[in-house]
Amino acid sequence: MKVSLEVNGRAVSAEVEERTLLVDLLRKNLRLTGTHVGCDTSQCGACVVHVDGRAVKSCTILAAQAEGSKVTTIEGLAPAGELHAVQAAFRANHGLQCGFCTPGMIMTAVELLKRNPNPTEEEIREGLEGNICRCTGYHNIVKAVAAAAQTLRTTG
Amino acid sequence: MYPFEYQKPADVKTAVQAVSAAGENKYIAGGMTLLPTLKLRLARPDRLVDLAGIADLGGIRIERDRVEIGAMTRHADVAHSVELRRAIPALAALASGIGDPLVRNRGTMGGSVANNDPAADYPSAVLALGATVVTDRREIAADAFFTGMFSTALEAGELITRIRFPIPKRAAYVKFPNPASRYAMVGVFVAETTGGIRVAVTGAGACVFRIAAFEAALTKRFAPEALDGLSVPSDGLNQDLHGSAEYRASLVPVIAKRAVAAALAG
Repeated sequence: MKVSLEVNGRAVSAEVEERTLLVDLLRKNLRLTGTHVGCDTSQCGACVVHVDGRAVKSCTILAAQAEGSKVTTIEGLAPAGELHAVQAAFRANHGLQCGFCTPGMIMTAVELLKRNPNPTEEEIREGLEGNICRCTGYHNIVKAVAAAAQTLRTTG
Repeated sequence: MYPFEYQKPADVKTAVQAVSAAGENKYIAGGMTLLPTLKLRLARPDRLVDLAGIADLGGIRIERDRVEIGAMTRHADVAHSVELRRAIPALAALASGIGDPLVRNRGTMGGSVANNDPAADYPSAVLALGATVVTDRREIAADAFFTGMFSTALEAGELITRIRFPIPKRAAYVKFPNPASRYAMVGVFVAETTGGIRVAVTGAGACVFRIAAFEAALTKRFAPEALDGLSVPSDGLNQDLHGSAEYRASLVPVIAKRAVAAALAG
């Protein structure tokens, strides 16, 4: 079947199987490999992207279900060569160790801060409940999200 | 996943026809249970009928004494609805604790209720609030809806379109989540409704159930202490690597008391 959607502001169409997952469309057809596949069982959150502004696990949505949607991946968060405030905060706060969970963490955090621009530490930890870091680097990830929240509040 | 056909109808009638056609066909709502099941090849439907294109299945409508929620309403929308947080705060709070934020952005109320997972949160709210499940062909009272593990009163092809919740005087839901999966080991929804006190338990048994003895005690006095000395038999409760049936039985009154305290605290 043919699916058409907008990915990072660009209209794309692809010929896929009905059972093709959105993450496979992104990674294999569109070569957007910033979105990772960790557990492939809807738990780890490495594959989080935004579909129509909502953070979702792209390993648990069919490409067909995203027909007509606007998808944003980690590659589309900021213009080429620039970092989104959340990406910059992860770098500044050492919010990544091996980096595998980072794209999903950042995509989840971006939506979290859109909904709640001034979260408490507890709210950040709850908001990241669907993202697993196997380096167990949560502490600096939480710090990074808090720092990004402050940047976004002051710069708008 | 095994291959399947995919259809996305725009209205309820077409969806019901598509699922009722020859073969093993399934509705897909948010897909938060169905897609992992398909990925594990535990199911092999011939056709998936996606409900996301049916506008009639969305929306939260608040009336004087009741709330109607469309079956395709995502958990996140239930959790964040300002109107619902005023009308039935316990229901919005329950929704904000389902799965994780990413699951809540996809998962739907109708999907959860139709699936009737023994550890799902929503069935306890539907049962304790004495809600009515509205389908494409009839209305089903909560007390007649949940019939067993992953089973409901829904007929083949029958589609939940919305769920109608009477607004309770007060209510609360408290769960004891498994530390790893976050699924309810035991979750208790307590409600003081116009039809009386109702207590529904999820996670503990094969299917959500009410506890008449707890309801009677709380009718005499709506306070956590009213449940002092009361227990539930462990016979038939869930027993798995996360906890024994006795453990779950001992959790039920503890969590029920916390739910009563939360309902009183408003």
